[in-house]
Amino acid sequence: MASDTELTPTSYINHHLTNLTTQVSEGSFWVLHVDTLVTSLILGVISFGSIWLIVRKATPGVPSKRQAFVELAVEFIDNEVKNTFHGNRHVFVAPTALTIFVWVLMMNAMDILPIDIMAWIYEHAFGLHNWRTVPTTDVNTTFALALSIWFLMLYFNVKIKGWGGWMHELFCTPFGKNPLLWVLNLLFNFIEYVSKPLSHSLRLFGNIYAGEIIFLLLGMWAATGVSGAIFGAILGAGWAIFHILIVTLQAFIFMMLTVVYISMAHESH
Amino acid sequence: MNINFTLISQAVAFSVFIWFTVKFVWPPLLRAIEDRQKTIADGLAAGERGRHELELASQRSSDVLKEAKQRASEIILQAEKRASEIVEESKRTAKEEGDRIILGAKADIEHEVFSAKEALRQHVAELAVAGAAKILRREVDAKAHADMLVSIGEDLK
Repeated sequence: MASDTELTPTSYINHHLTNLTTQVSEGSFWVLHVDTLVTSLILGVISFGSIWLIVRKATPGVPSKRQAFVELAVEFIDNEVKNTFHGNRHVFVAPTALTIFVWVLMMNAMDILPIDIMAWIYEHAFGLHNWRTVPTTDVNTTFALALSIWFLMLYFNVKIKGWGGWMHELFCTPFGKNPLLWVLNLLFNFIEYVSKPLSHSLRLFGNIYAGEIIFLLLGMWAATGVSGAIFGAILGAGWAIFHILIVTLQAFIFMMLTVVYISMAHESH
Repeated sequence: MNINFTLISQAVAFSVFIWFTVKFVWPPLLRAIEDRQKTIADGLAAGERGRHELELASQRSSDVLKEAKQRASEIILQAEKRASEIVEESKRTAKEEGDRIILGAKADIEHEVFSAKEALRQHVAELAVAGAAKILRREVDAKAHADMLVSIGEDLK
C-alpha cells in the first residue's frame, strides 16, 4: 500500500477498486479504464497467440503434449456446444465458445494473483498507482461481452428466421397466436431480452467482484498484527483454492449461456 | 459501476479475438482432429476386417484339415485293402510255385529212378553174362554170342 495519505480500511479498499483511467474525449462516458483494457488485451494476446502457435503446427498423427492439451480443451468445449447447438457449430458458435471460455477464464484467474503484491509491483516496477488486475471485476468488460453476444443473438434471430419470423416469434410466443395475447407476448419477450444480457453479465461480474472484495477483507487482517496476518493468510489461501473453482465455473457458465442464447436464436419455437 | 468507453473498447477486443479464433485457431485444429478421427476409424475398420478374415481363414483351414483327415483315412483304408490283397495274392503265387516245384521234383525223382533202374539193369546184364561165362567155364566168344547177350539184356528189362 503505497498510499501517501493515512491508511484506513476504506482507503485500502478504495485504492484497490480504483481504475487507472484516461479521458478519451469530452463527457463522462468517454473515459477509458486503461488497466482493464490493457490487462485483457495482454491476456487475450498471450492465450490466443500461444494456442495459435500450437495449433499452427497441429498434426493429425500423434500429438505433442501441448497440442493434446489444446485438443482436450477444444474437444471439451466442442462437446458442450454439440449438446446444445444443433447446426454447423464449427463455422461460428464453437470457436466463439472457445474464445469466451479461454479469455474469461484467464481474466477471472487474475483474481488468484495476490492483490497487494501485484499492487506493489505495479507501483514500483511500472509507477502505476492505480491498477486493477482483474478485468472481469470491471462491469464494462462483462457488459461488453454480454452485449456483444446480445447483438449476435439479434443478428442470428433475423438471419435464421427472417424479420417476419422473428416478429412472429416476438408476438406469438410463448402464450399463443391469439391477438389478445400479442401485448402480453411482446412484454414477456421484452423482459426476456432485457434480462438476458443483464443476468449474463452481472452474474460473472458479481461473482468475481465479490471474490476480490473477500480477498481485500481478508487482506485487512494484516492490520491487526502478526497473528492476524497469519490468520488472514490462511483464510486467503483457502479462499484462493476455493476461488479456482469459482473462476473456472463462472467462465464455463458464461460460455454455456452464450451457446444457449445463440442456440435459442437459431431455433424457432 | 460506471459504464464508459471501456465497454466499447472491450467489445472491439472481444470481436477481434472471436474473429481470430474463428479464422486461425479453430479450423487447423479441427482439421487435425478430424483427420485423426478418420485415421482411427480406418484403423478400427481395418482391424475389424482383419478379424473377419482371420475367422474365415480359420474356418477354411479347419475345413481343409477335416478334408485331409478324411482323405488320409480313405487312403489308409485303401492301403489296408491293397495290402491284404497283396498278401492273398502272394500266398496264392507261393502255393502255385510250391506246387510247380513239387511237380518238378517228382518228375526229377521219376527220372532218377528210371536211370537208376537202367543202370541197375545194365549192371545185372553184365553180371549175368559174367555169371554165365563162369558157369560155362569156357570162353564165350563175345562176338559170337553177342546176339544172345543182347536178347538176355532185353529180357531183363
